[in-house]
Amino acid sequence: MKLITAIIKPFKLEDVKVALEGRGIHGMTVSEASGFGRQRGHTEVYRGAEYTVDLVPKVRVEVVVEDDAATGVVDAIVAAAQTGKIGDGKVWVVPVEEVVRVRTAERGPDAL
Amino acid sequence: MDSALNTGDTAWMLMASALVLLMIPGLAFFYGGMVRVKSVLNMMMMIMGALFIVGILWVFFGYSMVFGASYGSSGLLGNVTEFFALEGLMVDDPEASVPAMIFVAFQAMFACLTVGLIAGAIADRTKFSAWLVFAALWATLVYFPVAHWVFNLDPETGGWIAKLGVIDFAGGTAVHINAGIAALALVILIGARLGWPRTPMKPHNLTLVMIGAALLWFGWFGFNAGSQVAADNTAAVVFLNTFVATCAAGIGWLITEKIRDGHATSLGAASGIVAGLVAITPACSSVSPIGAMVIGLAAGVLCALAVGLKYKLKYDDSLDVVGVHLVGGLVGTLLIGFLATEAAPAGVNGLFYGGGADQLGKQAIGAFAVLGYSLVLTFIIGALIKYTIGFRVSEDVEVSGVDLEEHAESAYELGDSGGGGVFAGIGHRSHGGEQ
Repeated sequence: MKLITAIIKPFKLEDVKVALEGRGIHGMTVSEASGFGRQRGHTEVYRGAEYTVDLVPKVRVEVVVEDDAATGVVDAIVAAAQTGKIGDGKVWVVPVEEVVRVRTAERGPDAL
Repeated sequence: MDSALNTGDTAWMLMASALVLLMIPGLAFFYGGMVRVKSVLNMMMMIMGALFIVGILWVFFGYSMVFGASYGSSGLLGNVTEFFALEGLMVDDPEASVPAMIFVAFQAMFACLTVGLIAGAIADRTKFSAWLVFAALWATLVYFPVAHWVFNLDPETGGWIAKLGVIDFAGGTAVHINAGIAALALVILIGARLGWPRTPMKPHNLTLVMIGAALLWFGWFGFNAGSQVAADNTAAVVFLNTFVATCAAGIGWLITEKIRDGHATSLGAASGIVAGLVAITPACSSVSPIGAMVIGLAAGVLCALAVGLKYKLKYDDSLDVVGVHLVGGLVGTLLIGFLATEAAPAGVNGLFYGGGADQLGKQAIGAFAVLGYSLVLTFIIGALIKYTIGFRVSEDVEVSGVDLEEHAESAYELGDSGGGGVFAGIGHRSHGGEQ
């Protein structure tokens, strides 16, 4: 199994969710995140004083999928989250050793 | 028995006094929104604390020091014991159009507000106890004497600035220049916040700032139009001038920052409102609506420029009390000398209306006398506190936040770790909850 983590622009969350559902993914974890990549932050001005805000608000989407589904899911996320502008985010994949469904104690792909 | 009591005037003064009181929590919101999230409660408590203390001092001896007869007709200080605890003012005076007690209450709000204004300069780092001591001493030694100079209009036993013929309808000198220069003295004395100006210290809640500005503007109609102590034509002119000067100041501030910084900001709008209100306060009875707009516009532009000075001159006036109240107060008080017109209720012509420089000279004397006195006395009071009980919280308290240490509260329960998010209730059992 693979854990796919996607850091995306907050307004793209709905598109990514729809795209994942379209590929038969029925669960995900979403959290608010902040950070920066090449986009860096932005500047705010209060009574003439400039403040540089490095951290930009983002959304982190996490899904665990079976090994052979990973590539397709990543492609779907990238296609849905892309605007072509700087700051679109990142997607990465890491192997997952074990998954357990708490309610039934099922293990492995059955728990997904 | 005939009574001169005018119910219309009395009703208006009851209302106006309540309006001025509303400015004080309004100021707490205005300032509270501008500080960082860890010291918003302390900011509000400084203003409410000053209100409690100065209100009581006012009843005991403040009103006497301001509206009592001057010692030896000097115009310097009112008789401290003349109206002690207001015992003598409860009787119905058949010759008064408005009962004395409501004028006492109206002016009480001025004293409380003026002291509160100073707090914005020393936000985020002040010990609550030290602030309360300062509020009591400053009201007694600075505000009460200065208010006597300016607001006691009795031609024989009144204040020297009033007798000189300085026009200050509702407190450009006694309130705003006075508080503004005191703020500067305190900031120089107690120093900048840790990390200023490198660390970002941006306002934590601009909607709160806007609510505060709205309440200040609303209440200011009581402050200015109530200063006529009658519901008459002058009060109406004052009301309109107060309104339109503020509009012009908002425009002035926004244009200035649009040109300088590239954006018209909501904080700029809120600040422009207050700058305009400050500047029109002394002038609202002596200028035409056009004059009021000129004063407002000038205040909006000049205050917007002045708030940047602290970065050049290296003093951490946290919420720009100097840039808004001192500068705005000076703009309004001095521009009377140019823009006063005989057609307005005060009936005096300034320089631009053929009245010569006479009035301008008087205005300058009034403004700078108050400025000088307040500067020196505030330094003395501030130093006294600094070198005895100490003015500032310790460094670790300043970093972790004044709210938690001084008041054992935090303003908002928003984040996960604060207990308001999904982790609410964790740790509950250790406090004797269900086992």
